[in-house]
Amino acid sequence: MEIVTIWMLLYNTHEEISGTKHLVSWNNHLIPKFLRLKMDDEKLTEQETALYDRQIRVWGVDAQRRLRKSHVLVSGIKGTIVEFCKNIVLAGVGSLTVHDDRMVTEELLSANFLIPPVENVYSGKSIADLCCHSLKDFNPMVHVSVQKGDLLSFDVDFFGKFDVVVVSSCSLSTKISVNEKCRRLSKQVAFYTVDCRGSCGEIFVDLQNYIYSKGKADETVECLLEYLSFEEAISIPWRSLPRGLSKLYLVLRVIEQFEEIQGRTPGEISTADFLNVQKLRKELCQIHLLNESEIPDSLLQRLLAGGARESSPVCAIIGGILGQEVIKAISGKGEPLKNFFLFDAMDGKGIIQDISQVQAPETEFGMGSVERVENIL
Amino acid sequence: MHFSFSVMASEQQLSAIKGSKVLMVGAGGIGCELLKTLALSGFPDIHIIDMDTIEVSNLNRQFLFRQSHVGQSKAKVARDAVLKFRPDINITPYHANVKDPDFNTARRHVNRLCLAAGVPLVESGTTGFLGQVTVHVKGRTECYECQPKPAPKTYPVCTITSTPSKFVHCVVWAKDLLFAKLFGDRNQENDLNVHSKDGSSSSKQAEDVFERQKEENIEQYGKRIYDHVFGYNIELALSNEETWRNRNKPRPIYVKDVFSSELASQNGNLDKSSNGDPPSLSAMASLGLKNPQDLWTLKENSKVFLEALKLFFSKREKEIGNLSFDKDDQLAVEFVTAAANIRASSFGIPLHSLFEAKGIAGNIVHAVATTNAVIAGLIVIEAIKVLQHDIKNYRMTYCLEHPSRKMLLMPVEPFEPNKSCYVCSETPLDLEINTHCSKLRDVVDKIVKAKLGMNFPLIMHGSALLYEVGDDLEEDEVANYAANLEKVLSELPSPVTGGTILTVEDLQQELKCSINIKHREEFDEEKEPDGMILSGWTQPRAAEKNGKTAVDSEVSTSSASEAVPLETEDDDDLQIIPTITGKKRKLSDISNETKNKRKAEELDSKNDVVMLDDENSDMSKKKREQ
Ligand SMILES: [Zn+2]
Repeated sequence: MEIVTIWMLLYNTHEEISGTKHLVSWNNHLIPKFLRLKMDDEKLTEQETALYDRQIRVWGVDAQRRLRKSHVLVSGIKGTIVEFCKNIVLAGVGSLTVHDDRMVTEELLSANFLIPPVENVYSGKSIADLCCHSLKDFNPMVHVSVQKGDLLSFDVDFFGKFDVVVVSSCSLSTKISVNEKCRRLSKQVAFYTVDCRGSCGEIFVDLQNYIYSKGKADETVECLLEYLSFEEAISIPWRSLPRGLSKLYLVLRVIEQFEEIQGRTPGEISTADFLNVQKLRKELCQIHLLNESEIPDSLLQRLLAGGARESSPVCAIIGGILGQEVIKAISGKGEPLKNFFLFDAMDGKGIIQDISQVQAPETEFGMGSVERVENIL
Repeated sequence: MHFSFSVMASEQQLSAIKGSKVLMVGAGGIGCELLKTLALSGFPDIHIIDMDTIEVSNLNRQFLFRQSHVGQSKAKVARDAVLKFRPDINITPYHANVKDPDFNTARRHVNRLCLAAGVPLVESGTTGFLGQVTVHVKGRTECYECQPKPAPKTYPVCTITSTPSKFVHCVVWAKDLLFAKLFGDRNQENDLNVHSKDGSSSSKQAEDVFERQKEENIEQYGKRIYDHVFGYNIELALSNEETWRNRNKPRPIYVKDVFSSELASQNGNLDKSSNGDPPSLSAMASLGLKNPQDLWTLKENSKVFLEALKLFFSKREKEIGNLSFDKDDQLAVEFVTAAANIRASSFGIPLHSLFEAKGIAGNIVHAVATTNAVIAGLIVIEAIKVLQHDIKNYRMTYCLEHPSRKMLLMPVEPFEPNKSCYVCSETPLDLEINTHCSKLRDVVDKIVKAKLGMNFPLIMHGSALLYEVGDDLEEDEVANYAANLEKVLSELPSPVTGGTILTVEDLQQELKCSINIKHREEFDEEKEPDGMILSGWTQPRAAEKNGKTAVDSEVSTSSASEAVPLETEDDDDLQIIPTITGKKRKLSDISNETKNKRKAEELDSKNDVVMLDDENSDMSKKKREQ
């Protein structure tokens, strides 16, 4: 369903070589800059080859060179992002820019292994400053720096400096806004959101139009994936989503919407909000023509009780999967996740959910139902 | 400090964690991640054992280590690094070996110790983007040895010595035959000169070929070896027409063909560079070859071959006779790469870079940080369940690369103990053997040690002790057992014949099993090279999964003794692959297994049933792509 066009490229026949040209001339603008590497680009140094030996055996030298040329921005540093930063700094991206102006508090340290819990070390410093300091130490070949300021105030050009943008712990409207800015750029910027709430975690991926290659025996297959923006994806009427949709997906949409309407920071919720959240669920379900039982009380309550807390094992898992996905996106190797990943430690399942297509033609709802919800409230 | 309180859900979980004491085996790829996640999750008392020291190639994923730590103990450095962000917990490092340098054997050993002590074991492994976590609880789930582990990949001798068709065959030849012959123990059996079945190889004469003559200089010697193994031996093999009837004939390669006239000047070059006393001995460095990823020409390979051989004989002469191949020995890797490539070009097999050849020769496992991080998270989730005795929620989890059912992390119910497992049940084994020919030593070496993995065996026939190992034996006992080793079974003081039941015990592992002896006259030398067949230890998994509900009370009480050993695999170890992709439970088999299971076990969850459909549509999509 998601694969719109497939080019088979058998590199050793004439016909296929002309096919390659065809692909490039038509779709050059679709291919992220870092995928348009010339093969004669700088080689890896001896030092890099020695350090990255084991992973080069997994993804190859070309992927490693692409990683080295890539620039990554993360915003909102909690446990999951710390895990993610560790993973991509170790993997050897070109640069990592960390953004989070919050001052360090004891709570922010809970799932963070980058900051020593010594008050006179961390007090008065921003979380980004402290994490940057530790991350530099992980891999001297990666340039780690801090960006200050309000995420919403950054303009389109700012995001154009990066190949990958990851936001976490921010409001629904901020996610939508940053995603939209990334999409306005002529160059392709991969956009991700990631969050952990208690024992649950979620990743959203927007690679816009993305081509990746799949290696098979002696041939390489190139595939194109088309992604929706975050706003487009969450606006798809729930009723028309694929059957067997993860309940966690719906619960997270309700809670996210609740926080947005109430003007809460992410995770600023508790079981005391249960009645109001139930009310919102009812309204949303009416709009989406969905049975309320699809969004079970027990799961809602569990997430409310979790509040802003993160579970370290879940951070490690979500941060690991996200790291893997970003490496895939940068290297153009391997099928990337499309477009949600959901994990719940209670049942141990880590599920890929494709929220990108209105499935049933019977639906009467188009885009924009989210705005309608806001009006009703 | 309150950090841990904000970390993980319920009070129950927290109190289980707070009262726990865990042992981690391995501080490598998964180990670093695991230690971090355990510490962040509030585990107060962690013991960690690893005999390894830190290497540069660890640093890309073993994030607790830095360049300045290279050469230091992994366990100790890992402890210090974690205490920096969690100073209030106890971490006890042991720079020591669990038992055996062979990690697979070590895992079996740990499995037995855990069974003996009634302590649950969480075992895991990764390779590339794949990983798995398994919980082993005595009496409740299968033990590590309930399913047979696939033997390491081996190749028929004649493929290696005469008819290679893949690069790996050339690497095995270069490493296990040529390298071993030239630099290893000369008394070891070596098939290097086996050309064909007609016995045309003159073993005694050939033996002398590899000896360096008294007056012979190193260059002459190197060229002679080169001509012998790549020229003469191929020529000899070609003389057997039968072999090549359905195969491409190899091309003999001689030094003079490769270098023609320029060899003299090249020699001068080599002499000059080897005087430079390079920091690490390397033929590549002497020859100015920089990038290990580059493909060398036949000529370059030949130069590397001759130069590496020369460096061994001129700079490392003392080691010759005792060397065994080591992937971290640069010169050895260069020699093996060059030799494998020259042989490959002889047989028309594509050449490979040193980087690739090193991976093949050293069985280097592909490893990335992200998979290890994910697996470590899953281990901690299981460990917390085990501490709470949350038996019905124990899961074995796979981390997949190309999920067929949209499940990147796939939990399945743990398997029940294999009723015919000789380790965790007391099922006797059968041994077919010629009791008139085979010595007790054969049984000890090929069965008790090699197959049953016992380190300190004790063998009894009824009440008669036939063999025992230990520090506290009397001199006469030692002599007695040594004499028994050399006796054939039927002539032992207490004769072992068909129908005899032997009891074999390892006191350290608290493992005891019975072996029924069956006499058999003949064994097929090719198919049954041991001259004996052990059965009952590789039984396939019993198909039925019902009827096992009895609760072993000892397990639940003794595992409350709060020790959860978390065995983690150093991902540098080649034995991981079998655990993940091996016969134990092939990833490709999982979907069927789980499909059936899930139908029975989780019918109430609509999601799962629907997901089966997803898989099907996914499969058809894949077919279209092809
Ligand atoms: Zn067993």
